[in-house]
Amino acid sequence: MAETKKRDNKYYYASQWSLMWRKFRRHKLAMAATWLLLVFYTVAILGNFIAPQGTEQYDGNYVNCGPTKIHWFHEGEFIGPFVYGLEVDRDPETLMRIFVEDESQIYPIRFFVQGDEGGEYKWFGLIPSNLHLFGVDEGGKIFLFGTDSMGRDLFSRVILGAQISMFIPIVGMLLTLVLGLIMGSLAGYIGGWVDTVIQRIIEVVRSFPQVPLWMALSAAIPKTLKPAQVFMMMTLILSLISWPDLARTVRSKFISVKKEDYIMAARISGAPPLKIVTKHMIPSFTSYIIVNMTMSIPGLIMGETTLSFLGLGLRSPATSWGVLLQETNKLETIMFYPWRLIPMIFVFLTVLAFNFMGDGLRDAADPYK
Amino acid sequence: MDNKVILEIKNLSKVYESKGIRVKALTDVTLTVNQGETVGIVGESGCGKTTLGRCVARGIEATSGQVLFHTEEDGVIDFLKATKAQMKKYRRDIQMIFQDPYASLDPRMTVFDIISEPLRYNTKMNKRQIEQAADRIAEQVGLNKAYLRRYPHAFSGGQRQRIGIARSLILQPKVIVCDEAVSALDVSIQAQIINLLEDLQKEYNLTYLFISHALSVVKHISDRVLVMYLGRVVEFGETDALFENPMHPYTKALLSAVPQPDPDVTMKRVVLQGEVPSPAAPPSGCHFHPRCAYKTERCTQEAPPLEEHDGRFVACWNCGVCSAKEKGAE
Repeated sequence: MAETKKRDNKYYYASQWSLMWRKFRRHKLAMAATWLLLVFYTVAILGNFIAPQGTEQYDGNYVNCGPTKIHWFHEGEFIGPFVYGLEVDRDPETLMRIFVEDESQIYPIRFFVQGDEGGEYKWFGLIPSNLHLFGVDEGGKIFLFGTDSMGRDLFSRVILGAQISMFIPIVGMLLTLVLGLIMGSLAGYIGGWVDTVIQRIIEVVRSFPQVPLWMALSAAIPKTLKPAQVFMMMTLILSLISWPDLARTVRSKFISVKKEDYIMAARISGAPPLKIVTKHMIPSFTSYIIVNMTMSIPGLIMGETTLSFLGLGLRSPATSWGVLLQETNKLETIMFYPWRLIPMIFVFLTVLAFNFMGDGLRDAADPYK
Repeated sequence: MDNKVILEIKNLSKVYESKGIRVKALTDVTLTVNQGETVGIVGESGCGKTTLGRCVARGIEATSGQVLFHTEEDGVIDFLKATKAQMKKYRRDIQMIFQDPYASLDPRMTVFDIISEPLRYNTKMNKRQIEQAADRIAEQVGLNKAYLRRYPHAFSGGQRQRIGIARSLILQPKVIVCDEAVSALDVSIQAQIINLLEDLQKEYNLTYLFISHALSVVKHISDRVLVMYLGRVVEFGETDALFENPMHPYTKALLSAVPQPDPDVTMKRVVLQGEVPSPAAPPSGCHFHPRCAYKTERCTQEAPPLEEHDGRFVACWNCGVCSAKEKGAE
């Protein structure tokens, strides 16, 4: 009895956000997706520390090397995680270069090691460091996801690429949010000819085929720009194309909430127009905007990947998931070095996770229905 | 009742216009309201009673006409064209209770915030005074003040309507527009809320514009009743007299639809032919003529003015004809 009463009380005193959280928590898939994304973003933020190599490090001796196996037992004896040394050999049939394990060399995996030359980075852009989460002693090599055609560690590149591929969408989304909110509220709140003009602009933007438009805009990016500037341009391009959806949502919410009784009640009680907008109208659809933004992130991730894949975005040695996939666009790469497709798994997982999370958020968005 | 006029509504009209279609929701509605009385406003759906209430409280802006508000300090002011300073001073005097207790409370605010919101805009009270005022008003409308920190979703329809009443009452207004204030509630809850409204009226000498389609409720609570049809006033008079002897043929038909609790009373129902015409394309002349059994040539051409007959205001060219005919038939 007392237990139920306590629970009811909690419900009665629950604000919109805690009601949403209760509902969201019950969506198992969305919760799992949220955790996965949290892990991904944490890894991406700590990327320079977790990745054993920097973006510009390579080793011509280990080109197209497959993922390194991690062993625990040597000749039946447990000695913790270690890797064997690698030796170059030729495949007797295809005469291709292959790497075989040399079981006489044992390199235990060490944690919190100083990286090789070229692995230097700055913590949060401030404190210089060359500390890496794991590594092996001089002479040994560890490539968790293998290497690419220049001998760069794919695992490091996936993590460092995530910094671009997972943050461009966030920045792009914020730009989209600003554009969409302004245009949507103008159209919805003022209405009349302003609404008509904005609606027509939205229709024009939406009726362009996306890829050619991206290509045209990217062609306008000068080739001499630094990666950071290209990054900014890319987010700008992506948000210029993706704001109409949000603007439409905001507009329709403004129009529908304008007719709500509680808005009229606020007016009758003497609330000035600005207060009505900020205290009653915007809070009534904040949750929808969050959902809309979450759902728009997969599109932006795909957008970045597509741009880079087409060679219109970042270029090596700057790394993003799109760049990594672009490097695999030859049939022989896929045939002989299948590990090069590992970045695709991460694109896939991230997009899927955002979709599941958005799904859960959408179900929770209006706790009063 | 001292018959001191508090509100004069003159020629109030509201036209909705969209894509070339003009809908006249209100046409030249005129009435006076005395301080402390309850004026019931009845009519079928779409006749403009809600629009009338909302225009008076300025929830929506009327197209033309005046709402003259008699104040003690500044004499008579037109509430619809009040200056900013006047509005700041008198906005609080005309408040409104809404029909739908679910839609009229912002679900994202606590009950305390909802009730005290008007105080924040209209007074300079500090936090403690606001809290005290909210507690007091909550007690008065029968809300447990321990519940003020809860959100509206924790309350039933009747309790929510009490919250709505508390919100409209906290500014101590002179006039309250009750827009179908009890229609959305269960019958037993309706009675509670009506009693509450009556008690509050006695305590604060409130004036009610009581909009409802429930005739028995209107008969119970109102001093005078205004009958509307398609945006126009057809009859306005003392409740008892009007229910006893309706003069307008529409009022007759409307009142004959009230169910009688006594099974022995046989009722003569006046059944109207046809449907309510669309307000976008109202009939010529008297709006009621296509459905009226007593119409004459004149009714189809000219709209009848609202004129006084034996202390009653009726808008009918053939006023009294229908009653006379009925008597003749008996």
